[in-house]
Amino acid sequence: MRVVKMRVDFDILKNWVPQGSHVLDLACGDGALLRSLMDDRAVTGYGLENDHTSITQCIEKGVNVIDRELVRDLSEFRNNSFDLVIMTQAIQVMKYPDIILDEMLRVGRECIVTFPNFGNLRTRAHLALRGKMPVTKKLPYQWYDTPNIHFCTVADFQSLCQSKGYRFINQATQAELLFNKQFKGLWPNLFAENAIYHLTKETTQTE
Amino acid sequence: MHKNKMNQQSSSRPDAENSIGIVTAKSVDITDPLTLACGQVLSEYHLVYETYGELNSDKTNGILICHALSGNHHAAGYYTDDTNEKPGWWHNCIGPGKAIDTNKFFVVVPNNIGGCHGTTGPSSINPDTGKIWGPDFPPLRFRDWVDSQVQLSDHLGIQTWAAIAGGSLGGMQAMRWSLEYPDRLKHCLVIASAMNLSPQNIAFNEMARQAILADPDYCEGRYLEEGKAPTTGLALARMIGHVTYLSQSQLDERFGRDLSAGSFERGNDNPVQFEIESYLKYKGDQFAEDFDANTYMVITRMLDVFDLAREYNDDPVEAFSKATCRYFVASFSTDWRFSPIRSEEIVSALIGANKDVSYLNIETDRGHDGFLSDIPRYTKDLGLYLDNISKEIFAKQVNAGSEDAS
Repeated sequence: MRVVKMRVDFDILKNWVPQGSHVLDLACGDGALLRSLMDDRAVTGYGLENDHTSITQCIEKGVNVIDRELVRDLSEFRNNSFDLVIMTQAIQVMKYPDIILDEMLRVGRECIVTFPNFGNLRTRAHLALRGKMPVTKKLPYQWYDTPNIHFCTVADFQSLCQSKGYRFINQATQAELLFNKQFKGLWPNLFAENAIYHLTKETTQTE
Repeated sequence: MHKNKMNQQSSSRPDAENSIGIVTAKSVDITDPLTLACGQVLSEYHLVYETYGELNSDKTNGILICHALSGNHHAAGYYTDDTNEKPGWWHNCIGPGKAIDTNKFFVVVPNNIGGCHGTTGPSSINPDTGKIWGPDFPPLRFRDWVDSQVQLSDHLGIQTWAAIAGGSLGGMQAMRWSLEYPDRLKHCLVIASAMNLSPQNIAFNEMARQAILADPDYCEGRYLEEGKAPTTGLALARMIGHVTYLSQSQLDERFGRDLSAGSFERGNDNPVQFEIESYLKYKGDQFAEDFDANTYMVITRMLDVFDLAREYNDDPVEAFSKATCRYFVASFSTDWRFSPIRSEEIVSALIGANKDVSYLNIETDRGHDGFLSDIPRYTKDLGLYLDNISKEIFAKQVNAGSEDAS
């Protein structure tokens, strides 16, 4: 499944990646994030991807890419074998997002997840006023052909993390519309277009 | 005039533009003794190889290609202008502008010791006795091939290979290289390979060996001295092997249940022969004409015994921890000889050892032979990976040049 990446979230999360981290990027797309982390943060690691065109782009960029569909587990990776596991704009594509999240925090000490906020005013309005599943420029699919089978809102994601006992190291929201930009801090669940979460299972601050 | 005629003939080949063209085999007599894993010593041996492209001035653009069971040093190009001649076995991938670009790399392909295409093997004369080695040729291990290729590297003045690549058992050699001589290669390309043989693989090898042994002309391996050739047994061995290189969907597509002789009609008692039968028979006979039965015995046994991680507590992660190169691993979806799972084991071990690796599983109906096939995604990604290697080499040369200047 080819996921179009919204690169705005990269700039925010890059600041959370410590220099020299060993990173696993799930559904890494064309490898742009890993490439820039390799160049600017001297990270090592791998991207997982199963779209052929994206894999070719990774190879072209000199990014380590593993041809693999992400279904349920990361069984070939050992516990805590990565400093950080990243998944950008892909959790809504996963068949088992909660299990994948567990797996990310099994093989990595920390993880960063970014996703489109389905609780955004626009999507809400689309459903409320038109009575149809939202179709936007960034989410251009119809309900029957969308790869996005597990949309969630900022509030949904937070309650999942809280129920699992994950600690938020960093969190940020992102919006492009000026109106959303102004109010996303005040009420992220309604105004954020994208959410970016940096999580860990560890209870005490490690840095 | 003669020259013109030759040009005309070579350009009449459809791929003339990207073909390495006419090549000739080279050879070297290695006189430094080679101590084999079994303890025996080859006091001297003859090694045949081919090279394509030019070695750069600092000798950093060499790519060593390790051939598979039935392969040899003739990996690309042609020996003559005869348009009916088949090119070398990896002609799809090696040539100017191809995935393994001979405009950028110096490609070296040796024929392995124990082989039967010019390099010292069971059909050669044992210099110590003056007789044909035959069944007395020492049992070999993959590390012996690697060690002999190290001697070839020294002969060529290549300290570090830009890459060592191989498909199938060639991939096993490449992996063994990366553990035995980690500082002598920058990249290791492992295609349609495995870290050891499965019991099923060994079973097929044993059937092949039994087919050879059952041929009365095998003469316990002394057929050359007896003036005989166990072609029936060797052809059967190849048929058994060859069928494991092909996928079921490929066989369905290519042969189906078509007949090459006879008929299903009532009232017709001509015996039937299926297309797949005549194809395998043809492949077997063709192979038996060109290959040595003792070589087949030696190499299939080497394959059975090979186990990359044996001396590393059977832990592939521990094994790969020794390596310093980067890896490119590829498998083919319908390969059931060395299935994608076997490549994924390699990839998992490399990840466990924190080694750089990229992995492709190529969707194809070509089975194990996919690694020899011209599959666009495979050749494109392989070419892109190698292109980055050539950029690394160029960048180093430029850096070295500017350091010299300052």
